[in-house]
Amino acid sequence: MTGGKARGGRAFLRGVGGVFSVPGLVLSASFFGFGAFARESGLDLAQTVFMGGIFALPGQVVLADEMATGAGLAAAFIAVTLTAVRLLPMTVALVPVIRDERTPLWQQLVLSHLVAVTVWVMALRELPQMPRPARVPFLAGLGTGLLPTVLAFAAAGHVIAGAVPGPLAAGLMFLTPIYFLLSMVAAARERLDGMAIGTGLALGPIFYVYAPGFDLLLTGLVGGSLAYGLSRWLRR
Amino acid sequence: MIYSGEVWPFIVILVAGFLATDLWRWLGVLTAQRIDESSELLRWVRAVSTALVAGLVARIVLFPVGAMALAPLSGRVGAVAVGFLVFILVRRNVFAGILAGEAVLVALTVAASGQLF
Repeated sequence: MTGGKARGGRAFLRGVGGVFSVPGLVLSASFFGFGAFARESGLDLAQTVFMGGIFALPGQVVLADEMATGAGLAAAFIAVTLTAVRLLPMTVALVPVIRDERTPLWQQLVLSHLVAVTVWVMALRELPQMPRPARVPFLAGLGTGLLPTVLAFAAAGHVIAGAVPGPLAAGLMFLTPIYFLLSMVAAARERLDGMAIGTGLALGPIFYVYAPGFDLLLTGLVGGSLAYGLSRWLRR
Repeated sequence: MIYSGEVWPFIVILVAGFLATDLWRWLGVLTAQRIDESSELLRWVRAVSTALVAGLVARIVLFPVGAMALAPLSGRVGAVAVGFLVFILVRRNVFAGILAGEAVLVALTVAASGQLF
């Protein structure tokens, strides 16, 4: 039992060390960019850090954008929840890898807060190589290290963005879209994902011009359905 | 303005942010044993959410607000193109793609605006 606890402690510390991995650094840089974006959207520092705790960048950026444009609570909820639906299949895929037969449900529910593209990719790559009892403490450690770190970076992004002049500030804000695009392409599992990225990129600006306020929902529904229909048609 | 006030923004973030997001994570945990991840419904749902986020990327790049508006259109689009190309060339390395895209964006913004750091 003591040996098990010691192993669990080591796994926890290894998880904390994940802050210094490449995905950890990309995530930190992206939260820095989010902090800058949130400031441009009119959020104050406390709101920005609180929002960072959601730990899902696409939803955070959508929410900051919805709040900046004065959308209502229901509209904001629908827009954000649509970006978060993707977390359902990701969680479903990850949970069987994380738990063993004795892992209590509440631990799985708490750890599920970490499910986001970057951590998900990292966990699916690293966890299968670990003994099962080490996986829950590893993820707990990863969350314990990563959450405060990215929140600190979001705060830094919010504070520094105002003091940084022109080109560098533009570069900070550019972190968010380029990270989303590349990590989405990197996480693409099949042709459908690539096609949905394509239709979304093409339709997003069009709907923004012709249906501002509903543009993200329309882009998702129309672009996603188009890509889905096309992929089914191509499969025949 | 609906978002003015001290507490209201935090309530919006809590409900339209945390709840709207963690709902799906919790649902994922609860249905982990029963749901078929390759089901057609989930493929469609994933396509919809992917297109939504991609649309947001295009909007941020083509209709920039705030500091990014300083970057010329050619710089923003060129930075995405170069970042994507480097990402593909460097074995789908996200970090390399981001660095390359950022370099192009900052360089072209400096050139266009005449502002240095």
